[in-house]
Amino acid sequence: MEVELMAEEKRIRVLVAKPGLDGHDRGAKVIVRALRDAGMEVIYTGLRQTPEQIINAVVQEDVNALLLSILSGAHNYIFPRIMEGLKEKGVTDILVLGGGVIPNEDIPGLKAIGIAEIFGPGTTTQAIIEYIQGNLSKRV
Amino acid sequence: MELVEQALKGSSRAIAKLITLVENRGEGADEVMGEIYPHTGRAYIIGVTGPPGSGKSTLVDKITLKLIQQDFTAGIIAIDPSSPFTGGAVLGDRLRMKNVDTQEKVFIRSLSTRGSIGGLSRATCNTARILDACGKDFIVIETVGVGQDEVEIVSIADTSIVVLMPGTGDEIQTIKAGVMEIGDIFVVNKSDREGADRTAQMVRMMLDLKQSQNNWVPPVVKTVATEDAGTVDLIEKLHSHREYLSQSGKFLERRKERVKTEIRKMVEEKIRAQVKSLINDYRSFNAMVEEVVSRKKDPYACARELTKSLLKKQLL
Repeated sequence: MEVELMAEEKRIRVLVAKPGLDGHDRGAKVIVRALRDAGMEVIYTGLRQTPEQIINAVVQEDVNALLLSILSGAHNYIFPRIMEGLKEKGVTDILVLGGGVIPNEDIPGLKAIGIAEIFGPGTTTQAIIEYIQGNLSKRV
Repeated sequence: MELVEQALKGSSRAIAKLITLVENRGEGADEVMGEIYPHTGRAYIIGVTGPPGSGKSTLVDKITLKLIQQDFTAGIIAIDPSSPFTGGAVLGDRLRMKNVDTQEKVFIRSLSTRGSIGGLSRATCNTARILDACGKDFIVIETVGVGQDEVEIVSIADTSIVVLMPGTGDEIQTIKAGVMEIGDIFVVNKSDREGADRTAQMVRMMLDLKQSQNNWVPPVVKTVATEDAGTVDLIEKLHSHREYLSQSGKFLERRKERVKTEIRKMVEEKIRAQVKSLINDYRSFNAMVEEVVSRKKDPYACARELTKSLLKKQLL
């Protein structure tokens, strides 16, 4: 009855969020499934999330990592708002990652506000999984 | 404990962290639950179950919205199955609760079954208790809904709502008896679809045949959750059932039954865990296994022998 062994083990909890007005989420869904296959618990909240919805979910779900996926180009506007909101709620110890269509020249600015890493198109799901697993254990 | 104090005062962050601590069976989880327990008992627990795709999450969203409009506060526990191979899970119920996911009065937590066969885990019960202790008037638990496993929800909920959809007309015959037993209220959601009336009829027929031993005949409510149709009726039936339970004395009776089952289960779990490790450490266990495989002994006699030995030594 090996199922018993998996019961109630600690799991990495991740929120995959699509802020703003993106029209499709195929990429995000690929990541969601890959993370699940790597044994993580993935909360996926769908398209068109407001910063408020995302921040609320981060707090209530007590996630270890937040993955923001954005394709619309609004990252320089939305990401800082989310980071501010998280700080206001006292959430300063989670891993925040960004993905989607984010030009290289914007990356330093995003890292400066607390986004740990940006994963552009072409990143393998394996790379993201390893990054999360590797960097979370450092924080514990 | 500091975290418990903050949670009791209503801090969402503290509540969330408490739930995680208890879910992960962290250091001091049992003591934390012991601290929490005296503050519980006020919340009314609603279980929502049913086959995948029946629209449970959307319905929970609409029901909860109505409840907070009636000035109540609510906690929602949304449960999704974990993969038996990887242990991971996609928790996607929250996605459908857009009316209440930023409401001050509502706390939503997504849980994975984490391998638990019955569809509910110890974590579910503990999470419900934490939300209860932290002041929520209603707690809505949405479960996986995969056939017979739904029966577990009765062990926690005061009112169990079974959500079906049209197209389960003929298949209703094959719905496991257990599901028909546990529903206090039945909902035919997506009832704008063809076959809704037929499905509702079949459910009513099955409930008649069942001959309930008490005075509550589960009503069948038709809804279209996405359009918020039928939900007023559903809420009314919910309040009616609550009334019925309190007036008939069944409310207390059920809660007592639940406590009995819970304590028994926890004792069984503790004993089972001990037995497992004791047997593995048992000196002659491997020799015993060899003898059984080579037919020198039978497994039944061995089991009796082992049990007697463990009990006699009062190792348990």
